[in-house]
Amino acid sequence: MSDPLVRLENVRFAYGERTILRDISLSIPRGKVVAIMGGSGCGKTTLLRLIGGQEKAVGGQVRVDGQDVATLGRDALYAMRRRMGMLFQFGALFTDMTVFDNVAFPLREHTELPAELINDLVLMKLHAVGLRGAARLMPGELSGGMARRVALARTIALDPMLLMYDEPFTGLDPISLGVIGQLIRRLNDALGASSVIVTHDIQESLQIVDYIYFISEGRVVAEGTPDEIRHTTDPFVHQFVHAEVDGPVPFHYPSDDYAAALTGGKA
Amino acid sequence: MGGLRKLGSVAIEVVWQLGFIARFFWLILVYSGQSFTRLNLTIRELYFSGVLSLLIILVSGLFVGLVLGLQGYEILQRYGSSDSMGTMVALSLLRELGPVVAGLLFASRAGSAVTAEIGLMKVTEQLKAMDMMAVSPIARVVAPRFWGGVISMPLLAAMFSTMGIFGGWLIGVVFIGIDDGAFWSQMQAAVDFRYDVLNGVIKSCAFGVAVSLIAVFQGYDCVPTAEGVSRAITRTVVSSALAILALDFVMTSFMFRGL
Ligand SMILES: Nc1ncnc2c1ncn2[C@@H]1O[C@H](COP(=O)(O)OP(=O)(O)O)[C@@H](O)[C@H]1O
Ligand SMILES: [Mg+2]
Repeated sequence: MSDPLVRLENVRFAYGERTILRDISLSIPRGKVVAIMGGSGCGKTTLLRLIGGQEKAVGGQVRVDGQDVATLGRDALYAMRRRMGMLFQFGALFTDMTVFDNVAFPLREHTELPAELINDLVLMKLHAVGLRGAARLMPGELSGGMARRVALARTIALDPMLLMYDEPFTGLDPISLGVIGQLIRRLNDALGASSVIVTHDIQESLQIVDYIYFISEGRVVAEGTPDEIRHTTDPFVHQFVHAEVDGPVPFHYPSDDYAAALTGGKA
Repeated sequence: MGGLRKLGSVAIEVVWQLGFIARFFWLILVYSGQSFTRLNLTIRELYFSGVLSLLIILVSGLFVGLVLGLQGYEILQRYGSSDSMGTMVALSLLRELGPVVAGLLFASRAGSAVTAEIGLMKVTEQLKAMDMMAVSPIARVVAPRFWGGVISMPLLAAMFSTMGIFGGWLIGVVFIGIDDGAFWSQMQAAVDFRYDVLNGVIKSCAFGVAVSLIAVFQGYDCVPTAEGVSRAITRTVVSSALAILALDFVMTSFMFRGL
Protein backbone atom coordinates (compact mmCIF):
# COMPACT_ATOMS: atom_id res chain seq x y z
CA MET A 1 0.00 0.00 0.00
CA SER A 2 1.05 3.60 -0.53
CA ASP A 3 1.99 5.85 2.37
CA PRO A 4 -0.88 6.85 4.67
CA LEU A 5 -2.86 10.01 3.93
CA VAL A 6 -2.28 11.43 7.39
CA ARG A 7 0.65 10.67 9.63
CA LEU A 8 1.34 12.14 13.06
CA GLU A 9 4.84 11.61 14.40
CA ASN A 10 5.59 12.27 18.06
CA VAL A 11 3.21 15.21 18.12
CA ARG A 12 3.27 17.37 21.21
CA PHE A 13 0.83 20.21 21.81
CA ALA A 14 0.03 22.63 24.63
CA TYR A 15 -2.43 25.46 25.16
CA GLY A 16 -0.12 27.92 26.90
CA GLU A 17 1.38 26.13 29.87
CA ARG A 18 -1.05 23.25 29.76
CA THR A 19 0.19 20.29 27.78
CA ILE A 20 -2.71 18.51 26.10
CA LEU A 21 -0.96 16.07 23.78
CA ARG A 22 2.40 14.66 24.93
CA ASP A 23 3.52 12.22 22.32
CA ILE A 24 1.08 11.09 19.68
CA SER A 25 2.03 8.96 16.72
CA LEU A 26 -0.65 7.55 14.50
CA SER A 27 -1.57 7.25 10.87
CA ILE A 28 -4.70 7.25 8.76
CA PRO A 29 -4.28 4.99 5.73
CA ARG A 30 -5.89 5.91 2.44
CA GLY A 31 -9.40 4.65 1.97
CA LYS A 32 -9.83 3.63 5.60
CA VAL A 33 -12.05 4.83 8.43
CA VAL A 34 -10.08 5.34 11.62
CA ALA A 35 -11.52 6.13 15.06
CA ILE A 36 -9.69 8.07 17.72
CA MET A 37 -11.17 7.47 21.13
CA GLY A 38 -10.64 9.01 24.49
CA GLY A 39 -12.45 10.65 27.36
CA SER A 40 -13.89 14.15 27.20
CA GLY A 41 -11.21 16.81 27.33
CA CYS A 42 -8.37 14.48 26.39
CA GLY A 43 -7.60 16.52 23.29
CA LYS A 44 -9.56 14.83 20.52
CA THR A 45 -10.88 18.04 18.99
CA THR A 46 -7.43 19.53 19.33
CA LEU A 47 -6.02 16.62 17.37
CA LEU A 48 -8.37 17.30 14.46
CA ARG A 49 -7.48 20.99 14.58
CA LEU A 50 -3.82 20.01 14.29
CA ILE A 51 -4.54 17.91 11.21
CA GLY A 52 -6.54 20.78 9.71
CA GLY A 53 -3.76 23.23 10.49
CA GLN A 54 -5.87 25.43 12.78
CA GLU A 55 -3.32 24.80 15.54
CA LYS A 56 0.38 24.12 15.19
CA ALA A 57 2.14 21.32 17.03
CA VAL A 58 4.79 22.34 19.55
CA GLY A 59 6.85 19.30 18.70
CA GLY A 60 6.76 16.50 16.18
CA GLN A 61 5.20 16.52 12.74
CA VAL A 62 1.74 16.39 11.21
CA ARG A 63 1.90 15.28 7.59
CA VAL A 64 -1.13 15.29 5.32
CA ASP A 65 -0.70 13.81 1.86
CA GLY A 66 3.06 14.11 2.24
CA GLN A 67 3.06 17.79 3.29
CA ASP A 68 4.16 19.01 6.71
CA VAL A 69 1.10 21.03 7.80
CA ALA A 70 3.06 23.33 10.12
CA THR A 71 5.26 24.62 7.32
CA LEU A 72 2.44 25.53 4.95
CA GLY A 73 1.78 29.19 4.25
CA ARG A 74 -1.75 30.52 4.31
CA ASP A 75 -2.48 29.92 0.64
CA ALA A 76 -1.07 26.39 0.65
CA LEU A 77 -2.99 25.66 3.85
CA TYR A 78 -6.22 26.89 2.30
CA ALA A 79 -5.51 24.83 -0.81
CA MET A 80 -5.09 21.77 1.40
CA ARG A 81 -8.25 22.50 3.39
CA ARG A 82 -10.29 22.58 0.20
CA ARG A 83 -9.58 18.87 -0.03
CA MET A 84 -10.54 18.28 3.60
CA GLY A 85 -13.95 18.25 5.17
CA MET A 86 -14.54 18.65 8.87
CA LEU A 87 -17.82 17.94 10.58
CA PHE A 88 -17.94 20.03 13.74
CA GLN A 89 -19.27 18.68 16.99
CA PHE A 90 -22.41 20.80 16.86
CA GLY A 91 -22.67 21.03 13.09
CA ALA A 92 -21.68 24.70 12.91
CA LEU A 93 -24.26 25.39 10.21
CA PHE A 94 -24.50 29.00 9.11
CA THR A 95 -27.62 30.09 10.92
CA ASP A 96 -28.40 32.97 8.55
CA MET A 97 -28.63 30.69 5.49
CA THR A 98 -31.07 28.00 4.41
CA VAL A 99 -30.05 24.35 4.35
CA PHE A 100 -29.60 24.67 0.60
CA ASP A 101 -27.33 27.71 0.85
CA ASN A 102 -25.31 26.06 3.59
CA VAL A 103 -24.50 23.12 1.34
CA ALA A 104 -23.96 25.41 -1.63
CA PHE A 105 -21.55 27.60 0.36
CA PRO A 106 -18.27 25.75 -0.37
CA LEU A 107 -19.28 25.29 -4.02
CA ARG A 108 -20.04 28.97 -4.47
CA GLU A 109 -16.88 30.04 -2.65
CA HIS A 110 -14.47 27.73 -4.41
CA THR A 111 -15.85 27.00 -7.84
CA GLU A 112 -17.08 29.04 -10.78
CA LEU A 113 -19.85 26.58 -11.56
CA PRO A 114 -23.07 27.94 -13.06
CA ALA A 115 -26.08 28.19 -10.76
CA GLU A 116 -27.96 25.24 -12.36
CA LEU A 117 -25.02 22.93 -11.80
CA ILE A 118 -24.63 24.06 -8.20
CA ASN A 119 -28.32 23.46 -7.73
CA ASP A 120 -27.98 19.89 -9.01
CA LEU A 121 -24.88 19.20 -6.92
CA VAL A 122 -26.47 20.51 -3.75
CA LEU A 123 -29.57 18.40 -4.28
CA MET A 124 -27.39 15.36 -4.88
CA LYS A 125 -25.46 15.94 -1.65
CA LEU A 126 -28.67 16.49 0.28
CA HIS A 127 -30.16 13.39 -1.30
CA ALA A 128 -27.11 11.40 -0.16
CA VAL A 129 -27.91 12.29 3.45
CA GLY A 130 -31.64 11.83 2.90
CA LEU A 131 -32.63 15.47 3.36
CA ARG A 132 -33.40 16.73 -0.14
CA GLY A 133 -36.86 17.63 1.11
CA ALA A 134 -35.42 19.93 3.79
CA ALA A 135 -33.54 22.17 1.36
CA ARG A 136 -35.65 25.26 2.07
CA LEU A 137 -35.60 25.00 5.87
CA MET A 138 -33.47 27.19 8.12
CA PRO A 139 -30.97 25.47 10.46
CA GLY A 140 -33.04 26.51 13.47
CA GLU A 141 -35.91 24.37 12.21
CA LEU A 142 -33.88 21.14 12.16
CA SER A 143 -33.52 18.51 14.84
CA GLY A 144 -30.03 17.68 16.11
CA GLY A 145 -29.69 14.62 13.93
CA MET A 146 -30.93 16.43 10.82
CA ALA A 147 -28.60 19.37 11.45
CA ARG A 148 -25.68 17.00 11.63
CA ARG A 149 -26.67 15.35 8.36
CA VAL A 150 -26.92 18.73 6.67
CA ALA A 151 -23.48 19.60 8.02
CA LEU A 152 -22.32 16.29 6.62
CA ALA A 153 -23.71 17.18 3.20
CA ARG A 154 -21.87 20.50 3.38
CA THR A 155 -18.67 18.73 4.44
CA ILE A 156 -18.72 16.48 1.36
CA ALA A 157 -19.77 19.23 -1.03
CA LEU A 158 -16.33 19.46 -2.63
CA ASP A 159 -15.66 15.69 -2.58
CA PRO A 160 -12.80 15.89 -0.06
CA MET A 161 -9.97 13.36 0.18
CA LEU A 162 -10.04 13.48 3.99
CA LEU A 163 -13.15 13.59 6.15
CA MET A 164 -12.88 14.50 9.81
CA TYR A 165 -15.73 13.95 12.22
CA ASP A 166 -15.74 15.53 15.66
CA GLU A 167 -17.95 13.42 17.92
CA PRO A 168 -20.56 12.70 15.24
CA PHE A 169 -22.60 10.45 17.54
CA THR A 170 -22.95 12.68 20.58
CA GLY A 171 -26.45 13.65 21.60
CA LEU A 172 -28.27 11.56 19.00
CA ASP A 173 -31.06 9.07 19.50
CA PRO A 174 -30.16 5.45 18.61
CA ILE A 175 -31.77 5.63 15.16
CA SER A 176 -30.08 8.86 14.08
CA LEU A 177 -26.88 7.48 15.52
CA GLY A 178 -27.06 4.38 13.37
CA VAL A 179 -27.94 6.51 10.34
CA ILE A 180 -24.92 8.75 10.81
CA GLY A 181 -22.66 5.77 11.36
CA GLN A 182 -23.79 4.11 8.15
CA LEU A 183 -23.49 7.40 6.25
CA ILE A 184 -19.92 7.89 7.41
CA ARG A 185 -18.95 4.46 6.16
CA ARG A 186 -20.89 4.73 2.88
CA LEU A 187 -19.64 8.20 2.03
CA ASN A 188 -16.06 7.22 2.75
CA ASP A 189 -16.26 4.30 0.36
CA ALA A 190 -18.27 6.13 -2.30
CA LEU A 191 -15.94 9.14 -2.36
CA GLY A 192 -12.79 7.03 -2.12
CA ALA A 193 -11.85 9.25 0.78
CA SER A 194 -10.22 8.53 4.12
CA SER A 195 -12.01 9.32 7.34
CA VAL A 196 -11.10 9.96 10.91
CA ILE A 197 -13.77 9.86 13.59
CA VAL A 198 -13.12 11.34 16.97
CA THR A 199 -15.56 9.90 19.45
CA HIS A 200 -16.17 8.19 22.73
CA ASP A 201 -18.93 5.97 21.41
CA ILE A 202 -17.17 2.65 21.25
CA GLN A 203 -20.10 0.40 20.33
CA GLU A 204 -20.99 2.36 17.19
CA SER A 205 -17.34 2.74 16.21
CA LEU A 206 -16.61 -0.96 16.50
CA GLN A 207 -19.21 -1.58 13.83
CA ILE A 208 -18.07 0.84 11.16
CA VAL A 209 -14.35 1.57 11.46
CA ASP A 210 -11.25 -0.23 10.22
CA TYR A 211 -8.89 0.76 13.00
CA ILE A 212 -9.08 2.34 16.46
CA TYR A 213 -6.64 4.38 18.50
CA PHE A 214 -7.17 5.07 22.22
CA ILE A 215 -5.76 8.25 23.67
CA SER A 216 -5.25 9.03 27.32
CA GLU A 217 -3.16 11.69 29.03
CA GLY A 218 -1.74 12.83 25.74
CA ARG A 219 -0.53 9.45 24.54
CA VAL A 220 -1.78 6.60 22.39
CA VAL A 221 -2.40 3.91 24.99
CA ALA A 222 -3.93 1.21 22.83
CA GLU A 223 -4.73 0.53 19.21
CA GLY A 224 -6.05 -2.19 16.99
CA THR A 225 -8.70 -3.39 14.58
CA PRO A 226 -12.24 -3.75 15.95
CA ASP A 227 -11.70 -7.49 16.32
CA GLU A 228 -8.50 -7.02 18.29
CA ILE A 229 -10.19 -4.42 20.48
CA ARG A 230 -13.14 -6.67 21.27
CA HIS A 231 -10.83 -9.39 22.51
CA THR A 232 -8.19 -7.32 24.21
CA THR A 233 -7.17 -7.66 27.84
CA ASP A 234 -5.74 -4.14 27.99
CA PRO A 235 -7.09 -2.53 31.20
CA PHE A 236 -7.65 0.88 29.61
CA VAL A 237 -9.63 -0.50 26.71
CA HIS A 238 -11.50 -2.72 29.12
CA GLN A 239 -12.53 0.27 31.21
CA PHE A 240 -13.64 2.10 28.08
CA VAL A 241 -15.57 -0.76 26.52
CA HIS A 242 -17.34 -1.56 29.77
CA ALA A 243 -17.90 2.05 30.81
CA GLU A 244 -16.31 1.70 34.26
CA VAL A 245 -16.08 4.86 36.33
CA ASP A 246 -12.58 4.49 37.71
CA GLY A 247 -9.63 2.62 36.35
CA PRO A 248 -6.60 3.72 34.38
CA VAL A 249 -8.67 6.82 33.48
CA PRO A 250 -8.95 8.75 36.75
CA PHE A 251 -12.29 10.14 37.91
CA HIS A 252 -10.65 13.33 39.27
CA TYR A 253 -9.35 16.27 37.31
CA PRO A 254 -5.70 16.77 38.37
CA SER A 255 -5.77 18.82 41.59
CA ASP A 256 -3.99 19.62 44.83
CA ASP A 257 -4.14 17.34 47.78
CA TYR A 258 -7.80 17.13 48.82
CA ALA A 259 -7.17 17.16 52.58
CA ALA A 260 -4.87 20.17 52.31
CA ALA A 261 -7.46 22.06 50.22
CA LEU A 262 -10.19 21.43 52.78
CA THR A 263 -8.11 22.48 55.74
CA GLY A 264 -7.48 25.90 54.26
CA GLY A 265 -4.37 25.24 52.23
CA LYS A 266 -4.00 27.08 48.95
CA ALA A 267 -6.88 26.03 46.72
CA MET B 1 2.70 47.77 45.68
CA GLY B 2 -0.26 45.63 44.69
CA GLY B 3 -2.01 48.70 43.30
CA LEU B 4 1.00 49.65 41.24
CA ARG B 5 1.28 46.17 39.84
CA LYS B 6 -2.39 46.20 38.95
CA LEU B 7 -2.01 49.55 37.21
CA GLY B 8 0.92 48.18 35.25
CA SER B 9 -0.97 45.09 34.16
CA VAL B 10 -3.97 47.18 33.09
CA ALA B 11 -1.66 49.43 31.06
CA ILE B 12 -0.05 46.43 29.39
CA GLU B 13 -3.50 44.99 28.69
CA VAL B 14 -4.61 48.23 27.02
CA VAL B 15 -1.51 48.43 24.86
CA TRP B 16 -1.94 44.79 23.81
CA GLN B 17 -5.56 45.44 22.94
CA LEU B 18 -4.67 48.47 20.83
CA GLY B 19 -2.01 46.43 19.08
CA PHE B 20 -4.54 43.70 18.35
CA ILE B 21 -7.04 46.21 17.00
CA ALA B 22 -4.42 47.79 14.76
CA ARG B 23 -3.38 44.41 13.39
CA PHE B 24 -7.02 43.43 12.93
CA PHE B 25 -7.71 46.69 11.09
CA TRP B 26 -4.80 45.94 8.78
CA LEU B 27 -6.17 42.44 8.08
CA ILE B 28 -9.59 43.87 7.28
CA LEU B 29 -8.05 46.23 4.76
CA VAL B 30 -5.99 43.43 3.22
CA TYR B 31 -9.06 41.20 2.86
CA SER B 32 -11.40 43.95 1.72
CA GLY B 33 -10.98 43.13 -1.95
CA GLN B 34 -13.72 40.51 -1.70
CA SER B 35 -16.20 42.89 -0.10
CA PHE B 36 -16.04 45.05 -3.18
CA THR B 37 -15.68 42.45 -5.91
CA ARG B 38 -18.65 40.63 -4.40
CA LEU B 39 -20.70 43.68 -3.71
CA ASN B 40 -23.85 41.82 -2.67
CA LEU B 41 -22.15 40.85 0.61
CA THR B 42 -21.56 44.47 1.53
CA ILE B 43 -24.93 45.61 0.26
CA ARG B 44 -26.60 43.13 2.57
CA GLU B 45 -24.74 44.65 5.52
CA LEU B 46 -25.56 48.15 4.31
CA TYR B 47 -29.17 47.12 4.58
CA PHE B 48 -28.79 45.69 8.08
CA SER B 49 -26.65 48.50 9.50
CA GLY B 50 -27.92 51.40 7.46
CA VAL B 51 -31.48 50.91 6.33
CA LEU B 52 -32.64 49.28 9.53
CA SER B 53 -31.12 52.12 11.60
CA LEU B 54 -32.96 54.68 9.52
CA LEU B 55 -36.09 54.90 11.61
CA ILE B 56 -34.39 55.56 14.93
CA ILE B 57 -32.05 58.07 13.27
CA LEU B 58 -34.90 60.00 11.61
CA VAL B 59 -37.08 60.09 14.70
CA SER B 60 -34.21 61.08 16.98
CA GLY B 61 -33.07 63.73 14.52
CA LEU B 62 -36.53 65.21 14.48
CA PHE B 63 -36.73 65.39 18.26
CA VAL B 64 -33.28 66.89 18.60
CA GLY B 65 -34.26 69.50 16.02
CA LEU B 66 -37.50 70.29 17.85
CA VAL B 67 -35.62 70.79 21.11
CA LEU B 68 -32.96 72.89 19.40
CA GLY B 69 -35.75 75.03 17.98
CA LEU B 70 -37.34 75.65 21.38
CA GLN B 71 -34.08 76.29 23.22
CA GLY B 72 -32.60 78.30 20.36
CA TYR B 73 -35.61 80.61 20.18
CA GLU B 74 -35.63 81.09 23.94
CA ILE B 75 -31.96 82.09 23.99
CA LEU B 76 -31.83 84.09 20.77
CA GLN B 77 -34.85 86.24 21.52
CA ARG B 78 -33.05 87.61 24.61
CA TYR B 79 -30.66 89.24 22.17
CA GLY B 80 -33.37 90.15 19.74
CA SER B 81 -31.94 87.90 17.07
CA SER B 82 -34.49 85.12 16.82
CA ASP B 83 -34.20 85.40 13.03
CA SER B 84 -30.83 83.64 13.26
CA MET B 85 -32.47 80.55 14.62
CA GLY B 86 -31.98 78.69 11.34
CA THR B 87 -28.27 79.39 11.52
CA MET B 88 -27.99 78.18 15.06
CA VAL B 89 -29.92 74.98 14.45
CA ALA B 90 -28.04 74.18 11.26
CA LEU B 91 -24.58 74.85 12.64
CA SER B 92 -25.06 72.87 15.83
CA LEU B 93 -26.41 69.93 13.86
CA LEU B 94 -23.93 69.94 11.01
CA ARG B 95 -20.84 70.50 13.12
CA GLU B 96 -21.57 68.52 16.26
CA LEU B 97 -24.92 67.00 17.03
CA GLY B 98 -25.49 65.29 13.69
CA PRO B 99 -22.28 63.27 13.63
CA VAL B 100 -22.05 62.73 17.39
CA VAL B 101 -25.63 61.79 18.25
CA ALA B 102 -26.07 59.77 15.07
CA GLY B 103 -22.78 58.03 15.90
CA LEU B 104 -23.94 57.18 19.42
CA LEU B 105 -27.26 55.89 18.13
CA PHE B 106 -25.53 53.95 15.40
CA ALA B 107 -23.21 52.30 17.92
CA SER B 108 -26.07 51.15 20.10
CA ARG B 109 -28.36 50.11 17.26
CA ALA B 110 -26.06 48.66 14.59
CA GLY B 111 -22.71 48.25 16.33
CA SER B 112 -24.13 46.12 19.11
CA ALA B 113 -25.99 43.98 16.57
CA VAL B 114 -22.82 43.37 14.57
CA THR B 115 -20.91 42.39 17.71
CA ALA B 116 -23.67 40.04 18.79
CA GLU B 117 -23.88 38.41 15.38
CA ILE B 118 -20.15 37.83 14.95
CA GLY B 119 -19.84 36.77 18.59
CA LEU B 120 -22.58 34.19 18.23
CA MET B 121 -21.02 32.92 15.02
CA LYS B 122 -17.86 32.40 17.04
CA VAL B 123 -19.71 30.63 19.88
CA THR B 124 -21.38 28.23 17.46
CA GLU B 125 -18.05 27.56 15.69
CA GLN B 126 -19.33 29.01 12.42
CA LEU B 127 -16.15 31.07 12.05
CA LYS B 128 -13.92 28.06 12.65
CA ALA B 129 -15.99 25.99 10.24
CA MET B 130 -15.62 28.68 7.60
CA ASP B 131 -11.88 28.79 8.16
CA MET B 132 -11.74 24.99 7.80
CA MET B 133 -13.59 25.34 4.51
CA ALA B 134 -10.74 27.55 3.33
CA VAL B 135 -12.87 30.67 3.41
CA SER B 136 -11.40 33.50 5.44
CA PRO B 137 -13.92 34.69 8.05
CA ILE B 138 -12.32 38.13 7.95
CA ALA B 139 -12.95 38.41 4.24
CA ARG B 140 -16.39 36.80 4.29
CA VAL B 141 -17.90 37.95 7.60
CA VAL B 142 -15.90 40.80 9.08
CA ALA B 143 -14.93 43.01 6.15
CA PRO B 144 -18.46 43.35 4.66
CA ARG B 145 -19.85 44.33 8.07
CA PHE B 146 -17.05 46.80 8.56
CA TRP B 147 -17.62 48.49 5.22
CA GLY B 148 -21.37 48.39 5.61
CA GLY B 149 -20.97 50.43 8.78
CA VAL B 150 -18.38 52.78 7.36
CA ILE B 151 -20.60 53.64 4.40
CA SER B 152 -23.83 53.88 6.42
CA MET B 153 -22.56 56.20 9.10
CA PRO B 154 -22.04 59.45 7.13
CA LEU B 155 -25.33 58.91 5.29
CA LEU B 156 -27.19 58.41 8.56
CA ALA B 157 -25.53 61.48 10.09
CA ALA B 158 -26.58 63.53 7.06
CA MET B 159 -30.17 62.33 7.42
CA PHE B 160 -30.08 63.04 11.12
CA SER B 161 -29.00 66.63 10.45
CA THR B 162 -31.61 67.04 7.73
CA MET B 163 -34.38 65.87 10.01
CA GLY B 164 -33.03 68.09 12.78
CA ILE B 165 -33.11 71.15 10.59
CA PHE B 166 -36.62 70.25 9.57
CA GLY B 167 -37.55 69.97 13.27
CA GLY B 168 -36.04 73.39 13.98
CA TRP B 169 -37.98 74.82 11.06
CA LEU B 170 -41.22 73.29 12.37
CA ILE B 171 -40.79 74.97 15.75
CA GLY B 172 -39.38 78.25 14.50
CA VAL B 173 -41.42 78.93 11.40
CA VAL B 174 -44.58 76.88 11.77
CA PHE B 175 -45.25 77.20 15.50
CA ILE B 176 -43.48 80.36 16.60
CA GLY B 177 -43.87 82.28 13.39
CA ILE B 178 -40.35 83.40 12.52
CA ASP B 179 -40.18 84.63 8.95
CA ASP B 180 -39.67 81.69 6.61
CA GLY B 181 -37.39 83.63 4.28
CA ALA B 182 -35.22 84.90 7.13
CA PHE B 183 -34.87 81.40 8.57
CA TRP B 184 -33.51 79.93 5.35
CA SER B 185 -31.57 82.88 3.98
CA GLN B 186 -29.67 83.49 7.20
CA MET B 187 -28.85 79.83 7.34
CA GLN B 188 -27.70 79.84 3.75
CA ALA B 189 -25.52 82.88 4.32
CA ALA B 190 -23.92 81.58 7.51
CA VAL B 191 -23.25 77.96 6.69
CA ASP B 192 -20.05 77.42 4.77
CA PHE B 193 -19.84 74.25 2.73
CA ARG B 194 -16.21 73.44 3.39
CA TYR B 195 -15.91 74.78 6.90
CA ASP B 196 -19.17 73.44 8.31
CA VAL B 197 -20.65 70.74 6.11
CA LEU B 198 -17.47 69.05 4.98
CA ASN B 199 -15.93 69.03 8.45
CA GLY B 200 -19.11 67.44 9.78
CA VAL B 201 -18.95 64.78 7.08
CA ILE B 202 -15.32 64.08 7.91
CA LYS B 203 -16.30 63.64 11.54
CA SER B 204 -19.08 61.23 10.72
CA CYS B 205 -16.76 59.20 8.49
CA ALA B 206 -14.22 58.96 11.31
CA PHE B 207 -16.94 57.87 13.73
CA GLY B 208 -18.12 55.31 11.20
CA VAL B 209 -14.65 53.76 10.99
CA ALA B 210 -14.23 53.82 14.78
CA VAL B 211 -17.62 52.31 15.62
CA SER B 212 -17.48 49.66 12.89
CA LEU B 213 -13.95 48.64 13.80
CA ILE B 214 -14.81 48.38 17.49
CA ALA B 215 -17.98 46.43 16.74
CA VAL B 216 -16.39 43.81 14.47
CA PHE B 217 -13.33 43.52 16.68
CA GLN B 218 -15.29 42.96 19.88
CA GLY B 219 -17.38 40.29 18.17
CA TYR B 220 -14.39 38.53 16.65
CA ASP B 221 -12.33 38.76 19.84
CA CYS B 222 -15.02 37.78 22.35
CA VAL B 223 -14.74 34.86 24.73
CA PRO B 224 -16.91 32.26 22.98
CA THR B 225 -19.54 31.83 25.68
CA ALA B 226 -22.93 33.44 26.35
CA GLU B 227 -21.36 35.64 28.99
CA GLY B 228 -18.46 36.54 26.72
CA VAL B 229 -20.82 37.73 23.99
CA SER B 230 -22.85 39.85 26.36
CA ARG B 231 -19.68 41.47 27.68
CA ALA B 232 -18.47 42.12 24.17
CA ILE B 233 -21.73 43.89 23.31
CA THR B 234 -21.41 46.09 26.37
CA ARG B 235 -17.84 46.88 25.46
CA THR B 236 -18.86 47.80 21.94
CA VAL B 237 -21.40 50.34 23.14
CA VAL B 238 -19.21 51.79 25.88
CA SER B 239 -15.97 52.03 23.94
CA SER B 240 -17.76 53.33 20.84
CA ALA B 241 -19.29 56.12 22.90
CA LEU B 242 -15.95 57.00 24.45
CA ALA B 243 -14.19 56.83 21.09
CA ILE B 244 -16.79 59.07 19.46
CA LEU B 245 -16.63 61.71 22.18
CA ALA B 246 -12.84 61.70 22.39
CA LEU B 247 -12.41 61.79 18.61
CA ASP B 248 -14.97 64.57 18.44
CA PHE B 249 -13.02 66.68 20.89
CA VAL B 250 -9.75 66.14 19.06
CA MET B 251 -11.22 66.84 15.64
CA THR B 252 -13.15 69.87 16.81
CA SER B 253 -10.00 71.34 18.27
CA PHE B 254 -8.32 71.04 14.90
CA MET B 255 -11.27 72.02 12.73
CA PHE B 256 -13.00 74.87 14.52
CA ARG B 257 -10.50 77.11 16.20
CA GLY B 258 -12.47 80.28 15.65
CA LEU B 259 -9.46 82.04 14.17
N1 LIG C 1 -8.66 27.39 22.93
C1 LIG C 1 -8.29 26.75 24.05
N2 LIG C 1 -7.51 27.36 24.97
C2 LIG C 1 -7.12 26.73 26.10
N3 LIG C 1 -7.47 25.47 26.41
C3 LIG C 1 -8.24 24.80 25.55
C4 LIG C 1 -8.70 25.40 24.33
N4 LIG C 1 -9.46 24.51 23.66
C5 LIG C 1 -9.47 23.40 24.45
N5 LIG C 1 -8.75 23.57 25.56
C6 LIG C 1 -8.51 22.57 26.61
O1 LIG C 1 -7.82 21.50 26.02
C7 LIG C 1 -8.32 20.27 26.45
C8 LIG C 1 -8.64 19.39 25.29
O2 LIG C 1 -9.72 19.97 24.58
P1 LIG C 1 -10.44 19.24 23.39
O3 LIG C 1 -9.45 18.92 22.34
O4 LIG C 1 -11.60 20.09 22.98
O5 LIG C 1 -10.96 17.91 24.10
P2 LIG C 1 -12.01 16.83 23.59
O6 LIG C 1 -12.45 17.22 22.21
O7 LIG C 1 -11.28 15.55 23.64
O8 LIG C 1 -13.14 16.84 24.56
C9 LIG C 1 -9.52 20.57 27.33
O9 LIG C 1 -9.16 20.32 28.66
C10 LIG C 1 -9.81 22.02 27.12
O10 LIG C 1 -10.14 22.60 28.36
MG1 LIG D 1 -14.22 17.90 21.53
